[in-house]
Amino acid sequence: MDKRLERILPRVQKPARYTGGEYNQIIKDKNAVDVRMAFCFPDTYEIGMSNLGMSILYHTMNSLDYVWCERVYAPWSDMYEEMRKAALPLYALESGDSLDKFDVIAFSIGYEMAYTTVLDMLDMGNIPLHAAERTELLPLVIAGGSACVNAEPVTQFIDLFIIGEGEEVNNELLALLRRAKNEGWSKRDFLVRASGIGGIYVPSLYDIAYNDDGTVASITAREGAPERVLKRIVADLDSSPYPVNPIVPSTEIVHDKVNLELFRGCVRGCRFCQAGHIYRPIRAKKPETLIRQGIETLKNTGHEEITLLSLSTSDYRHLPELCDGMLEYCSSRSIGLSLPSLRADNFSMELMEKLQRVRKSGLTFAVEGGSQRLRDAINKNVTEDDLLHTCAIAFAGGWNTVKLYYMLGLPTETDEDILGIAEMADKVLRCWRENAKTKSRGVRLTISTSCFIPKPHSPFQWEKQVSLEEYLRRVNLLRSRLSSMRGVTYNWHDADTSVVEALLSRGDRRLGPVIEEVWRNGGRLEAWYDFFSYERWKNAMDKYGLSVDFYASRERSPDEVLPWDMIDEGILKKHLLHEREMCYASELSPDCRHQCSGCGAVRLMKGGRCDG
Amino acid sequence: MDKLRLRFEKTGRAVYISHLDLMHTMQRAFSRAGYRLKYSEGFNPHPNISAPLPLSVGTASICDVLDFKLTEDVDLNELPARLTAAMPEGIVIKECYEPERKATELKYLEVEGRYEYDERPLQDMASALRDFYAADEIVITRKTKRGEGESDIRPAIRSIDISAGAEHVTVRAVISAQEPTLNPDLLVAALRQKAPEIAPDFVQFTRLETYCNNMEIFR
Repeated sequence: MDKRLERILPRVQKPARYTGGEYNQIIKDKNAVDVRMAFCFPDTYEIGMSNLGMSILYHTMNSLDYVWCERVYAPWSDMYEEMRKAALPLYALESGDSLDKFDVIAFSIGYEMAYTTVLDMLDMGNIPLHAAERTELLPLVIAGGSACVNAEPVTQFIDLFIIGEGEEVNNELLALLRRAKNEGWSKRDFLVRASGIGGIYVPSLYDIAYNDDGTVASITAREGAPERVLKRIVADLDSSPYPVNPIVPSTEIVHDKVNLELFRGCVRGCRFCQAGHIYRPIRAKKPETLIRQGIETLKNTGHEEITLLSLSTSDYRHLPELCDGMLEYCSSRSIGLSLPSLRADNFSMELMEKLQRVRKSGLTFAVEGGSQRLRDAINKNVTEDDLLHTCAIAFAGGWNTVKLYYMLGLPTETDEDILGIAEMADKVLRCWRENAKTKSRGVRLTISTSCFIPKPHSPFQWEKQVSLEEYLRRVNLLRSRLSSMRGVTYNWHDADTSVVEALLSRGDRRLGPVIEEVWRNGGRLEAWYDFFSYERWKNAMDKYGLSVDFYASRERSPDEVLPWDMIDEGILKKHLLHEREMCYASELSPDCRHQCSGCGAVRLMKGGRCDG
Repeated sequence: MDKLRLRFEKTGRAVYISHLDLMHTMQRAFSRAGYRLKYSEGFNPHPNISAPLPLSVGTASICDVLDFKLTEDVDLNELPARLTAAMPEGIVIKECYEPERKATELKYLEVEGRYEYDERPLQDMASALRDFYAADEIVITRKTKRGEGESDIRPAIRSIDISAGAEHVTVRAVISAQEPTLNPDLLVAALRQKAPEIAPDFVQFTRLETYCNNMEIFR
């Protein structure tokens, strides 16, 4: 271990997150591999180690014998200070080598607020920030993950992006890089060749022209790069690699359990939801595959809990069969089985009873909109009856804690819709009084609201976000109604982060210098509210003469060229536009199980069927 | 085969695993190795494992002890290798046996401190350290549950031996492990408080051996 590190570690909080050495880590001989990759997650160890995508790709990339892929996470503020003071560069956990010893620096970027941390990690690892400064083939800086569906704000810093799922394309890219390294290609030659691999977006091969009003005039692909980069998927999820030997952290992380992914995509098509669109088409694993992989992973890790992961777990066709199969193994071993996301419309008490035999934790439902009209407009197919019916069963079953999540600022939302949240809260309380099994401890109903953020590749990608002031007015309107209700707690998400998220998620290349400015002024780990400063973003925008409103609270016209139009997530634009029109008519679209809406994603299946 | 005891090493990168995390890691390692730990009865069952002398974060050990119970009889000769294979880097199980002594009989610990001085001559430091620790009493201020208090750590040091090497000064001491418990870090805290001029720039301790009250080796 590095002497400097050895002296720092006793002084920082939770040092085990900075040492590596965990069970199941992959150690290779660095002199025996051709390509060394530093796989970076721009947040803390506890968050990054909980990420299933990182775990899957760590194993698929390490399955290549000529590649050694190691993990890198962002240090917490105390460790950051110590490392800067000791001039200790950011290092990978497996070997302890600093980033500048690696051939590829790869980032998994799941959310926009991590952008400044990406810059910080490059800088801490002694890697030049700008792609243009890195004139040699190596080190190559790449990125993927769901924030890269619009990568434009960080194109200055990243050489190429992986669009879509990385299981296959990452390894194709690594094979090409190995060849380029062995044959001594120039960076330019390599990037041009890489742009020919499906799912790879090389931003330096695209010219962007702007109109006088600041909107994009045109996007021009050069040197044979595809006009639109179609995302990659794993068509057959059932046979795709799943890590049954994941690394077991030696210290506590956020999701300290086995994550079993049931399916990708979502049948629902909620119009505000980016994930529900960009992860299409729907591909499920067979229950027998899942049971086998779940049990094997539990055996290999020794975890005491397994969670069934997907965007809407209760929509998995074989859920009862899967749960029974898992419970058969888990029950006798004191292993917990949990479901992360529940829907109020197909909630099964029998299932809940099975899962929570010991501890009755609270029930959480994402209702999103306060009135039936608004829920129809956003295509959130949950009715008041569904919710009250579910609550009645739960209260009768002994549950006394319910959390309801809503968004404020959704397209077409009126004050009436907002007050509908309070009316619903009142009905839930009444439902408790009528149905509760035990009333001695009272009921706890938590209402949470966040500010709607329009996201690229969703039907609301053209929408404006309400202003900060308007969001707060809506919060106060709701608060005034809820404050007098006993047993109700109201939490609202701070809107200033939502504004910056809105700005970045639909941003263009002119935001690159803004992100750099924010980082230079101390911005890092900004997904943590304590480290976030709206002032810092506002000042940086002002410095470059850019308007927050232009990005966050401006409605786009349907024929505007969007900065992310070179990225094809598989969903047809006309489908997104149609869904948006249905919103204005407050009309529902059937979910994929009832009727295919022809979103276009099925063409990614190479002849296979979408499991919608 | 009711009560069992492990003797294990915790060195290298594993020294940064905290006591609480180590208990969790042990629990998972047993499960990975295919051993079923016996759980407590009651409302919130938890596995019956305990380490009588928690290690502080950063301290290594080649003689640590863990008591536990299994649900079934197993081959104790085979257990150390099988369990070690299920451990993170740096944790090695040396032996597993049915203990004859109670954990409370563990009275003394032999520890070795690697005292590093970046710019001060090691010989001078070693002789000053010898004088310092030879005092009749070493009263230091320490935080207790009731606020700050003064205490004399000297009675908890049974013997101490100091030698200067090429890279660092080695401090070997036999200290009281229970009633009173002396955290070896206090040997350095005392220097920082009373004689900062000989306080090392960095120190790492390793536990070498465990003893009973009569200085027989504790097993």
